[in-house]
Amino acid sequence: MAMLEISNLHARVAVPGGKDILKGVNLSVNAGEIHAIMGRNGSGKSTLCQVLAGRDTYEVTSGQVFYEGKELLALSAEERAREGIFLAFQYPVEIPGVSTAYFLKAAVNACRKHRGQEELDAMSFLKLIKEKQAMLEIDQSFMNRAVNEGFSGGEKKRNEVFQMAVMNPRLGLLDETDSGLDIDALKTVAGGVNKLHRQDQQRALVVVTHYQRLLDYIVPDFVHVMIDGRIVESGGKELALELESKGYGSFEEEGMIARNAEAAAKGVQVR
Amino acid sequence: MPTANQEIQKVADREYQWGFVTDIDADAAPMGLNEEIVRFISHKKSEPDWMLQWRLKAYRHWLTMEEPHNWPNITYPKIDYQNSVYYSAPKPKKQSLDEVDPQLLATYEKLGIPLEERAILAGVAVDAVFDSVSVATTFKEKLSSLGIIFCSFGEAVREHPELVQKYMGSVVPYSDNYFATLNSAVFTDGSFVYIPKGVRCPMELSTYFRINARNTGQFERTLLIADEGAYVSYLEGCTAPMRDENQLHAAVVELVTMDKATIKYSTVQNWYPGDKEGKGGIYNFVTKRGACRGVESKITWTQVETGSAITWKYPGCILQGDRSIGEFYSVALTNNRQQADTGTKMIHIGKDTRSTIVSKGISAGHGQNTYRGLVKILKAATNSRNYTQCDSLLLGESCGAHTFPYIDVRNTSSRAEHEASTSKIGEDQLFYCKTRGISLEDSVNLIVNGFCKEVFRELPMEFAVEAQKLLGVSLEGSVG
Repeated sequence: MAMLEISNLHARVAVPGGKDILKGVNLSVNAGEIHAIMGRNGSGKSTLCQVLAGRDTYEVTSGQVFYEGKELLALSAEERAREGIFLAFQYPVEIPGVSTAYFLKAAVNACRKHRGQEELDAMSFLKLIKEKQAMLEIDQSFMNRAVNEGFSGGEKKRNEVFQMAVMNPRLGLLDETDSGLDIDALKTVAGGVNKLHRQDQQRALVVVTHYQRLLDYIVPDFVHVMIDGRIVESGGKELALELESKGYGSFEEEGMIARNAEAAAKGVQVR
Repeated sequence: MPTANQEIQKVADREYQWGFVTDIDADAAPMGLNEEIVRFISHKKSEPDWMLQWRLKAYRHWLTMEEPHNWPNITYPKIDYQNSVYYSAPKPKKQSLDEVDPQLLATYEKLGIPLEERAILAGVAVDAVFDSVSVATTFKEKLSSLGIIFCSFGEAVREHPELVQKYMGSVVPYSDNYFATLNSAVFTDGSFVYIPKGVRCPMELSTYFRINARNTGQFERTLLIADEGAYVSYLEGCTAPMRDENQLHAAVVELVTMDKATIKYSTVQNWYPGDKEGKGGIYNFVTKRGACRGVESKITWTQVETGSAITWKYPGCILQGDRSIGEFYSVALTNNRQQADTGTKMIHIGKDTRSTIVSKGISAGHGQNTYRGLVKILKAATNSRNYTQCDSLLLGESCGAHTFPYIDVRNTSSRAEHEASTSKIGEDQLFYCKTRGISLEDSVNLIVNGFCKEVFRELPMEFAVEAQKLLGVSLEGSVG
């Protein structure tokens, strides 16, 4: 059984009359695989990440998600994290006055407690942090600064990857980790992600991006094209290159055809 | 599907943990207030005549005053001053801890107060005020070898009348305001500290206040004097049993620093706040003021106010000495039906004086939180500076945060800065914490503690830890 099995997932914004965003996503991710999801702004990529991570500003209207055999949608956001799902945010959130070290210690120990492991004391936590800092070449000063407060865009994204390293998840969801980064910062961040992948061959990653560029550095096993809340095309890493040369337009036509077919099946006329 | 706000509405329903009542024989005054009661209190305390005369002067003045209802941003029914007991004592004060009622010691132990010689480990000397009377003062001998006087107010009146007469009422006059004047007439006990010239007090001094008896008001009076070059850090903690009726706490605290002396005064106030519907709880109507009399003297007020049905207090500094410094760091939390109107007064009189105000207000449930601050820089106080930062954090939809800064600068070489912000705990912040495996309640505590960090770091270590825990407890059930 796949690590993550998404079938016919529909979700909308959780307000009365909220907009439908995911309109039937199917995706299967095995342990150790890297999947890239590409699509334009507004296609539903980020929503998919957030729904998987348990954000309740979205409401799942139908469909199922199994993660390691468990019904993911029945778990709260914090339970999902403790079960080994990590979301690297597109826009990491600032928490003034709370040091990154304190924050991460609370996070790591919440997860350890859940797994019946002993909580780390300050010394063992420090050791863990030092090890990950060395691996990702992260500056020591990160730890004493408040979470993301006054961080540059690049620093925030590096901090996400660093947190992922410390949390050591089985499934990493990377939401536009490349956005807002210059090429050097992109290489650094991607390098970190690759190290994490090499370190644990069973870890699966779902990487969401607009651009092929990131995939030069984080090489995916599978590429999916998302349009209007559905995955309309899946393939190997060469699909990303095709997308780069042909643009999303050609896939949008296919998306339109699929939508019309579905609408026709329901007996509704679309445009 | 719960929205962030509904979630935030959920986090705060632990019971008030300090709401127990101790069954102790008390020696109490008859209910009500009149000149006879004032004389009764003075007599019970074996006071000299000058003290009685001062009380009577205050009482007669009080009769001419009116309870403040118009300007504070709080609402409460008119208090019936005849329906209260103004003196309640567990029993006569004993000379050593061995003689203290074991019930009483057990109460303080339950409160986590290191009254016994355990205090050595904590490095804290404690004066404990139970209802109206100071019951035990630890470490007296050690402190007195340095010339430090740390005793109950009543004892100071008898043993050190020259100091009491010189300083009592010199910062908060008997006629200052309605509640301070009432206190001046009927105060029962409190703490007295004198740190002699050049002495740095080697341990934190501390008073724990507890209101136990029913229908008693607590009117304690604290006077701290730091002579030239002296230093002292003083901590004050408060709890009360859960009672359905409101109880009045009208205290007066006066601080005096001479040349180059420093007083750090920290309060963690956790009086019973009343129940969820606002029934019961303490009216905490307190006057606290410090006078920086000497050059380069310094007074720092740090307060964490989580309890009381109503909090009304403005710990201030009168910066008389040139280059003197006043600081005010405050966290005030209101949950359920609690109301707080609190802030500070910084009066700049000397040249090159500095003041810093950092106020953090947290409102949850139907709590109403008001910051009220006065910064007054007089004409002679040239080159003076004030910096005020006033932040409010809202949890949920039904609470309120209000800010009333008064700034009055009378010369052109001085500068006053005021910064203010109001924010809500964001759904995005909570979601971010949760995706790291942190529970909703812990996430709220984390964010609130981060918000208060600038104030907590001013507290002595043990107090900072206690304050963090208290915030967590006070917020329980307000989110979720």
